[in-house]
Amino acid sequence: MADVAVLSAQKVTYVPATGALSALWLLVVLPAAGAVVLLLSGRASAKWGPYLATGLVGSAFVYALVCFFSLKGLGERSVDLHLFSWIPVAGFQVDAGLLLDPLSMTFVLLITGVGFLIHVYSLGYMEHDERKHTFFAYLNLFIAAMLILVLGNSFLALYVGWEGVGLASYLLIAFWYWKPEAATAAKKAFIANRVGDVGLSLAIMVMFTRLGTTSFQGVFGSGVHGGTATAIGLLLLLGACGKSGQFPLQTWLPDAMEGPTPVSALIHAATMVTAGVYLIARSTPVFSASPDAQTVVTIIGAVTLVIGCLIGCAYDDIKKVLAYSTVSQIGYMFLAVGIPGAGAFAILHLLTHGFFKACMFLSAGSVMHGMGDQVDMRRFGGLRKAMPWTFGCFTVGWLAILGIPPFAGFFSKDKIIESAFAMGGTRGTILGIVALLGAGITAFYMTRLMVMTFFGERRWTDGQHPHESPWTMLGPMVVLAVGAAFSGLLLGPTHGLQDWLRPVLGEEVVHREVNATLVSLVTLAVVALGAVYAWVAYGTKAVPLTPPVAVTPFTVAARKNLYFDALNESLLMRPGQYLTRFLVFVDNRGIDGAVSALAAGIGGGSGRLRRLQTGFVRSYALSMFGGALLVAGALLAVRLGQ
Amino acid sequence: MTPWLTILGVVPLAGALLISLLPTGRDLLAKQVALGTSLVVLVLTIVMCAQFDASSGDRFQFAQSYDWIRTFGVHYAVGVDGIALVLIALIAVLVPVVLLASWDDVESLSDGADAPAASRKSVKSFFALLLVLETMMIGVFAATDVFLFYVFFEAMLIPMYFLIGSYGGPKRSYAAVKFLLYSLFGGLLMLAAVIGLYVESAKVGTGTFSFEALTKLELSHATQGWLFLGFFIAFAIKAPLFPFHTWLPDAGAEAPTGNAILLVGILDKVGTFGFLRYCLPLFPWAAREFAPYVIALSVIGIIYGALLAMGQKDMKRLVSYTSVAHFGYIGLGCFAFTTQAGTGAVLYMVNHGLSTGALFMVIGFLINRGKSRLVGDYSGIAKAAPKLGALFFVSGLSALALPGLSTFVSEFLVLVGSFQRYPVATIIATVGIVLAALYILLTYQRTMQGPLSAVHATMKDLNVREVAALAPLIALMLFLGFYPKPVTDIVNPAVKVTMQDVGAHDPAPTDVATAAESK
Repeated sequence: MADVAVLSAQKVTYVPATGALSALWLLVVLPAAGAVVLLLSGRASAKWGPYLATGLVGSAFVYALVCFFSLKGLGERSVDLHLFSWIPVAGFQVDAGLLLDPLSMTFVLLITGVGFLIHVYSLGYMEHDERKHTFFAYLNLFIAAMLILVLGNSFLALYVGWEGVGLASYLLIAFWYWKPEAATAAKKAFIANRVGDVGLSLAIMVMFTRLGTTSFQGVFGSGVHGGTATAIGLLLLLGACGKSGQFPLQTWLPDAMEGPTPVSALIHAATMVTAGVYLIARSTPVFSASPDAQTVVTIIGAVTLVIGCLIGCAYDDIKKVLAYSTVSQIGYMFLAVGIPGAGAFAILHLLTHGFFKACMFLSAGSVMHGMGDQVDMRRFGGLRKAMPWTFGCFTVGWLAILGIPPFAGFFSKDKIIESAFAMGGTRGTILGIVALLGAGITAFYMTRLMVMTFFGERRWTDGQHPHESPWTMLGPMVVLAVGAAFSGLLLGPTHGLQDWLRPVLGEEVVHREVNATLVSLVTLAVVALGAVYAWVAYGTKAVPLTPPVAVTPFTVAARKNLYFDALNESLLMRPGQYLTRFLVFVDNRGIDGAVSALAAGIGGGSGRLRRLQTGFVRSYALSMFGGALLVAGALLAVRLGQ
Repeated sequence: MTPWLTILGVVPLAGALLISLLPTGRDLLAKQVALGTSLVVLVLTIVMCAQFDASSGDRFQFAQSYDWIRTFGVHYAVGVDGIALVLIALIAVLVPVVLLASWDDVESLSDGADAPAASRKSVKSFFALLLVLETMMIGVFAATDVFLFYVFFEAMLIPMYFLIGSYGGPKRSYAAVKFLLYSLFGGLLMLAAVIGLYVESAKVGTGTFSFEALTKLELSHATQGWLFLGFFIAFAIKAPLFPFHTWLPDAGAEAPTGNAILLVGILDKVGTFGFLRYCLPLFPWAAREFAPYVIALSVIGIIYGALLAMGQKDMKRLVSYTSVAHFGYIGLGCFAFTTQAGTGAVLYMVNHGLSTGALFMVIGFLINRGKSRLVGDYSGIAKAAPKLGALFFVSGLSALALPGLSTFVSEFLVLVGSFQRYPVATIIATVGIVLAALYILLTYQRTMQGPLSAVHATMKDLNVREVAALAPLIALMLFLGFYPKPVTDIVNPAVKVTMQDVGAHDPAPTDVATAAESK
C-alpha cells in the first residue's frame, strides 16, 4: 500500500498567510455583508440589492483569482490564517481560522465563479419576483457559508459552514414557502442533512476523545490509524452522504427541485451537494489509513450511481431527471474518492460536472422561463427552433455528460471507470462494470431528456409561445457551456489538476496497468448504445402526453423512486408518529396522573377558583410556618445536644 | 468595598416599592419605573462583570457576610463565582426584555380598558411582582449561605405563584397549584437535607450553613447519599429533569408569556445551577456514585422531551417540552465531570435562557394576535407578518442549535465533553439534534409556511417595541455564537474548581496517550 506510506509520511506544514493572502477573510465577509445588508434593509433594497449581491460575489471571485496567483507563487502551498480563539475550554481549543491550499483554492474558484454566473442569471430569472432582494440575500448567505465550509481550518469550522449551507439550502428550497410542497421539501432536505450531521458531530467527538484535536493539521498530523481511522472515516461518510444526497439519504435532493431553478443549479448541482466529496477528499489522510472505510465509500458511490440513473430514466419532470442525474454523478465522485490515489479524478469530475450540470440546469430554467414554468417533458418537444441558444448550450452539456471526446465529461468520467478497473480483483471488476453500465444508462436518460425537450413534434399546452431568454440568462449559460466543452481537456490530459492537488491528495497509485484506450472505446460503445436506444424509443415515434400505464414492474418502481420514500415513511415516519402519540398519552395520564389527582383533590372543581387560590396561599403559608418550626426545632435539638 | 450584590438585590425591590406607592391609574408610569429599574440593574451587572477577575484564586468575589441568626450560625452571606455571575447577568438581560415584551399584556388580559373595574387586572402589581421576582432570583444565585439559599429558593415561588395564578391563561389556577405543589415537595426534601448538613457540621464543630465551610466537611458515604438525594430531587424537580417534568408544560403554557420566559429561562436554572453548586462540591462521592443514573435520566429526557414536543398541539406546551429536552443536555453536562461538559452546561443555561426566551416571546406575540395557542389554528403567517415569521425562524434555529448561534457552542461542548466518559449515552443524545430540527421545522411549517388562511390575512406584523424586545436576544446569540470567549473565560475557572471538588480529571486523548506510552 504505497499510498498509505506516502500520505502518512507527508508532513502537513501550513505557513502563515502574508501579502494578498492575509486578507483571506474578505472572501467570506464580502458575500456575508451582502446578505446582512439585504436582509436588514428588506424591501428597500429590492431595486439595488440584487446588483449589490451580484457585485459582491463578483469581487469575491476577482479576489479569489488574486489569491490563486499568490498561492501559485508560494513554495509551500498551504496557507493558514488565524483569526481568533473561538471555543477555548481546557483541552478543547478551537480557533477560528482559514486554510487555503490547492484543494480549498479549487473550490473557492468554483464557488465564486459559478456562483457569480448564477447571480447574473438570477438577475434575469427572478426579475419579476417581488421578493428578489430576499432571494439574493439568501444566495449571498449561501456563498458565504460555502466558503466557510471549504476554507475552515478545522472540522468544527467546517461544520459551521456545513450547517450554514444547509440553512441557505432550506431557505432557498422554501423560497416560495406558501407552496406546501416547497415547505415540505425544504424540511426534508434539512432533516436528511441533520441525520448526516449526527455522523459529522460524532466524528468530531471521536477525534477529540482519541486524538485530542479537531483541526485539520492536528488530526492529519496525528498518525491516525486503525479502528480510530475507520470510525472517523465511516462517521464522516455518513455526514457526506447526507449533504451529497448519497444512498441511503438521497431522496431529499430530487424534492429540493421545488426551489427556483438557479438554486438547483448552484446549490443542488454544482456546489453544496459536492461538499461530501470535499469532506472525504479533505480527509484523505484518515481514509488512506483505513482501507475498510475506503471500500465503504466506493460501495456507497457505486450503489448511488446506479440508483440515480435508474430512477432518472423514469421521471418526466425535467428538473427531477437532472436531480437524479446529479445524485448519480456524485456517486461517480464518491466511487473515485474512495479509490486510493484516484481522488484527483473525483475532483476533476466534480469540476467538469459543476460546469456541465449547472449549464444544463440553467438551460432547463431557460426552457421553463419560456414555457410558463412547465416542467413536464411530455409537454415540451421541438423547442430547438424556438430557443436556439438554449438548445445549443444544453447540447454541449449533453455531450459533456455523455462523455463524448473532447467534451469535459470524457476526461473525468473515463478516468473514474479506468481507476475502478485498475483496482484489480473482483472488487475492481465489479466497480468498473457498474461504472461502465452507469455511463450507458446515463446516455439513455439524458438523450431521452434531450429528445423529449428539443426534438419531435410540439406537445405544448395551448397558448404557449416559447421565446428565447434575455441575455442576462443566456450569457452565464454560454460561459458554462464553454467550461463544459473545454474544462476537461484543459485540466485532465495535461495533469494540471493532478499536479496542483498532489500536496493534499497524495500521489496517484498505479495498482494494475489497464489499457486506457480499450476502456475508453468500450465506454464510448456503451454510451452510444444507450443514446441510440433512447433515440429509437423517443425520437422515432410520438411521445404520449400521459405516461404509459402498461409498463414493467421495474418502471413502476423507478417512477416511485424505487420505493425509498415509501420505505422511509413506513419504517420511520409512521412508527415515529405512533410513538409520539403514545408518549403524549402516557405523559398526560400516567406520569402526571398521580400528581393531578392530588392537585384535583385539594383544588376541587373550577367553580371554586377564587377560594382555592386564597386557600392555597394559606396552606402555603402554613407549610412555610411548619417548615420554619421544623428548622427551629432541629436546630435547637442540635444546640441542646452539644 | 462596595456591596455590589446587595445593591443589585435591593434596587429591584426599591423599584417595586416605588411602583406600589404610585397612585392608582398611573399604569404607564409604573411600567416606566419598572423598565428603568431593570435597566439600572443591567448597567450595574455590566459594571460588575467588568470588575470580575477570572484569574483570581478566590472562589467567590464581591463576597459579603453578616450574622443573621447568630444562635444557629445563619449568615447573610453573598458572593459569586463565574457560574453564578453569568446567570445573574442572564437575569439582568432577560428582565428588561421581558418587561418590554409584556408591556400591554395585562391590559389585553382584562379585555381592554372598558371592562368593569372588578375584572380588571392590576398593571401595577404585575410589574411590581416582576421586580420582586428579580430580587429573589438574584438572591438565589448570590447566596453563599445554604440557609439563605433555601430561603430565596422558597421565597422565589411566591411572586411566581401570584403571577401565574392571577395573570395566566384559562387553566392558570390548576397550573399554579401544580407548580407550587411540586416545588414545595422538592423544597421540603431540600430543607431536610439542609438541616442534615447543619447537624453534620455541628458534630465536628460549631454548626454552620456557610457553603465554604460545608465543602470541607468529611461526610460518611451513607450521609452523603441521603443528603445528595434531598438536594438532587429538589433541583431535579426545579430543573426539571425527566421524570419530574410534568408540572412544567402546564405552568409554561398557562403562565403569561413574560413569566413563562422567566420561569423556564431562569427559575428552572436554579435546579441545574444547584447541581453544580451544591450536589457536586458538597457530596462528591455521592455525585460520582449517582452520576450514571442522572446521565441516564438526562438522556431519556432529551429524547422524551423532543418526542413529546412533536406531539403537542399547544405551542407554549411545545416550547416547554423542548426545554425538558434541553435540560436533559444540561443535566448530561453537569454530571459528565469534564471541564468541557461542565462549561458547556453553564453556557447552555445562559444560551437556553436567551433562546427559549426568544422563542416564548415570539410565540407570545403570535398568540396575542391570533388569540389561540394551537398550532393548527395558524397557517402561512409569514406572508402576512414577514418580520414575525423571520424572527420566529431565527429563534427556532437557536433552539435547534445551529452553528453560528450560541446554543451550538454550548450543545457541542456538552456532547464533546460527555463523549469522553459516556460514549453510548452521548450518541443517543446526539440523535436529539435530528429530533430538535424536526420539532422546530414542523412547527414553523405548520404555522408560518403554506397558504395564508383568510382569517389571518390582515394580521399585523411586529411593531417597533416587539422587535426591540427580541433584537437584543438575537444579537447576543449571534455574538456569543461566534465569540463565546468572554463568557467561557469567566465560567472556566469556576467549572475547574467544581471538577476538583468532585475529584474528576479530564481524560487525556486515548490514541495520543498510547502512542506516548509505546515510545
